[in-house]
Amino acid sequence: MTSPLDQKIKITGPVVVTANRVGDGAVVYRRAGGWTTALGEADITTNATVARELIKAAVADDLNAVGAYIAPVKLNGGGVEPGNLRESIRRDGPTIPLPEPFEIDNMVARKKNQDAHVSL
Amino acid sequence: MYLYDDFDRTLVAERVADFRDQVARRLSGELTEDEFKPLRLMNGVYLQLHAYMLRISIPYGTLSSQQLRMLAHVARRYDRGYGHFTTRQNIQFHWIKLKELPDAMADLASVGMHGMQTSGNNVRNVTTDQWAGVAPDEIEDPRVWAEVIRQHVTLHPEFSFLPRKFKIAVGAAAHDRAALRIHDLALRLHRNGAGETGFEVMVGGGLGRTPYLVKTVKPFLQKRDVLSYVEAVLRTYNQFARRDNIWKARIKILVHDLGAEAFAKEVDVEWQSIKDGPLALDAAVIAEIAGRFSYPQYQRLDDGPPELAAARRGDRRFDAWANNAVANHKVPGYAIVTLSLKPEGGTPGDATAEQMDAIADLADRYSFGEIRVGHEQNLALPHVAQRELAALWRELDAIGVATPNVGLVSDIIACPGLDYCGLANARSIPIAQEIASRFCNLDLARDLGRLHINISGCINACGHHHVGHIGILGVEKNGEEFYQITLGGKADDDAKLGALIGPAVPYAQVADVVEDIAAAYVELRERPDELFIDTLKRTGIEPFRERVYAAR
Repeated sequence: MTSPLDQKIKITGPVVVTANRVGDGAVVYRRAGGWTTALGEADITTNATVARELIKAAVADDLNAVGAYIAPVKLNGGGVEPGNLRESIRRDGPTIPLPEPFEIDNMVARKKNQDAHVSL
Repeated sequence: MYLYDDFDRTLVAERVADFRDQVARRLSGELTEDEFKPLRLMNGVYLQLHAYMLRISIPYGTLSSQQLRMLAHVARRYDRGYGHFTTRQNIQFHWIKLKELPDAMADLASVGMHGMQTSGNNVRNVTTDQWAGVAPDEIEDPRVWAEVIRQHVTLHPEFSFLPRKFKIAVGAAAHDRAALRIHDLALRLHRNGAGETGFEVMVGGGLGRTPYLVKTVKPFLQKRDVLSYVEAVLRTYNQFARRDNIWKARIKILVHDLGAEAFAKEVDVEWQSIKDGPLALDAAVIAEIAGRFSYPQYQRLDDGPPELAAARRGDRRFDAWANNAVANHKVPGYAIVTLSLKPEGGTPGDATAEQMDAIADLADRYSFGEIRVGHEQNLALPHVAQRELAALWRELDAIGVATPNVGLVSDIIACPGLDYCGLANARSIPIAQEIASRFCNLDLARDLGRLHINISGCINACGHHHVGHIGILGVEKNGEEFYQITLGGKADDDAKLGALIGPAVPYAQVADVVEDIAAAYVELRERPDELFIDTLKRTGIEPFRERVYAAR
């Protein structure tokens, strides 16, 4: 697999850098000095140089997150949303109801995650 | 059941200890992800879209009630309370945490379970007929041979870094329930003209982006030679397959490029040099392994007990289920019961911890403590007394695993798709759920008869879409989910790859297309009991294509 640092960065709109957290695989987004589980707190850029710096820092933090890559986002009315279905599913979880009784717990956890911020 | 010995137990325990150390070193930063990834993959630990996933093999699809209870425990303690049975007699947990994996693996090891060789370029879980040992149409129990191979290839250094993964299946029945013909290597036990039993050896099957069915390279192989011949096939593959291109590294490409005859010649050269060496199996070794499989102490019972007939007359729902989910057993008075993991609105192959615990209890009470896992993502209780079927049904019904849709249109095989999988391009599960809801009227489903729908969320084909009567493959077009539809695939003894019927259709139209295909079948069939697949064979796909695309 080619390292993300070796790949040509082509950006056509706003992007974030995302990865999976090492300890539990949870989806995380790069922000200044660390990671967050809330997309709304991620550093967003439309600039390829900035994106390269973000991903460089992300890849360097191999202890906390793995598989970093650049993902598209959509900006609307001050909010930020995933740029495609795959990223929506990564943020929100499966589009299908999970088996009971865990669906309810999961929804609560997901809601909490919307504004959660973790320092890794 | 197969009884593991000290060697197996020690091996699994040592692997858990190794992995605990590896995880600790990863979490401390001593190991980078690049260093750790091959180690976790060797233990069946993948990283999916939003969590780690642990895949655990269920050798030849046989589970004890104790093992199923442990799977329930792992689901509850370390995951989100459910597991997903796959198309290769494995179970996956989709939300497992890396830091808790060593403990989960230690718990699994206590009942002889593990994730070794459920990932990576090695010989994967050797699968077989989920009705092995109980099917009336088998000539002997194929699990003995699956176990012989399992023992030989587990952590075999020569076969731990193959060009790509390698999947083996073993069958011994007239009807192929193990999807032999889509495997890298398939062994079909049969009798030759002289009445001896031996193996037909078939190689080079596989789905994915370049699907092929197997080709026979040895019509009859003596049992004593099975290990040496498997070894010769693996060595030939290891030596000649392409390691330069991941998409061309499977044995199917090598067999196709060389031709089956040339491939068989290469295997034979290798085989001649090893066939009379240490891998030749003597009868005592086979007997020892066979002897470690225990069989129930069946009672002497008659087929068709009066209790069963009375229950069928008295309850139409039970009668419908018995017609659908109960199969003949080789022992008089007993039956094989399939537990549908395809309830309406559910995810194909999923079972909750509560269901697993309940099924384990029912296995103890009704099936000598044994459960089977089939590649169609359903479970089975293999030894149920016919006179107890009605009582068992009431309990299965109460836990949601008695939907009488086995083999019908809503018994859909589906991979996890984009809802979980990092490789997927499109979702599979909601497509399966929508189709199942369109055919939730079981009278309608029964009228359609046997009809297999297989769905994959990407070209890797974990949902075996090429061999579905109706195959559905998710693709991505300009950021949108689209689905290619194939017709006429089969994974049985007359296996075929399906043919594409036309341009891919968007997500929202897939269930409509399946309804159109079903409607076309009903109009085209010559009589009510002409199966979908037989009508299709007679008419070809053109009338179905016309029906699907006329209005689109």
